[in-house]
Amino acid sequence: MLNIFSIAGSALNAQSARLNAVASNLANADSIAGPDGSPFRAKQVVFQAAPMGSGQGVRVSQVVDSTAPGRLQYDPKNPAANGDGYVTLSNVNVVEEMVNMISASRSYQTNAEVMNTAKSLIMKTLAIGQ
Amino acid sequence: MNRFDDFLKVQQTALNVRSYRQELLASNIANADTPNYAARDMDFKSALTNALAGRSSGPLELARSSSTHIGNGGGSPFASEARFRSEYQASADGNTVNMDVERANFAENAMHMEALLTFIRGGIKDMQLAINGQ
Repeated sequence: MLNIFSIAGSALNAQSARLNAVASNLANADSIAGPDGSPFRAKQVVFQAAPMGSGQGVRVSQVVDSTAPGRLQYDPKNPAANGDGYVTLSNVNVVEEMVNMISASRSYQTNAEVMNTAKSLIMKTLAIGQ
Repeated sequence: MNRFDDFLKVQQTALNVRSYRQELLASNIANADTPNYAARDMDFKSALTNALAGRSSGPLELARSSSTHIGNGGGSPFASEARFRSEYQASADGNTVNMDVERANFAENAMHMEALLTFIRGGIKDMQLAINGQ
């Protein structure tokens, strides 16, 4: 039963890492160049099941850069524009990120609720015979 | 004493099975977004029947002839009762967790556990009443 805390806790951890990635992607949705000078690439976290006692927790196995092509915007006055006057923006898909954000926050809530339920069950078990 | 033991044994085994199932369901909920994760659940009735009949077909444990021997842990005795859930709607990433089903089962299982705990508490209260006679 106490195992549920590590299982749900690992899920909370993983979902908050995902939320973190969403936040950094959304913040950089209109970035022109990343730290290395090339356009910002959206980061996606990859989840993996991890054995935890007799159950299965979850962990972030890797953070991958999205390989989608960057958005092109016509803006000849921009100093970063290419010869044709196009600026390459990040490849963040804002709609996708919003969906990801809602999914992550819902999963986070559910796992927090799982923890609460487990806690109240354990407290009731401890109260046996009193 | 025998009566009390019999009563507690059933309730305790049932509680153990319930708590293992709660762990399984928590694992499913935790892995709702993990690609290729297969949801698992167990049949409470057969798990309880097997456990009460002493037919625990769980992972093999090392035989210990002395209390100082180190066991191999063996995992949960109910581990072999877990079965993969058949999926209702295939998801694109191969995950078979259906959140509605999992949450409903989780709530149901929690309620059953609370009921069990209430029964145990009631049984202990009855015994105390019988012992104290007041």
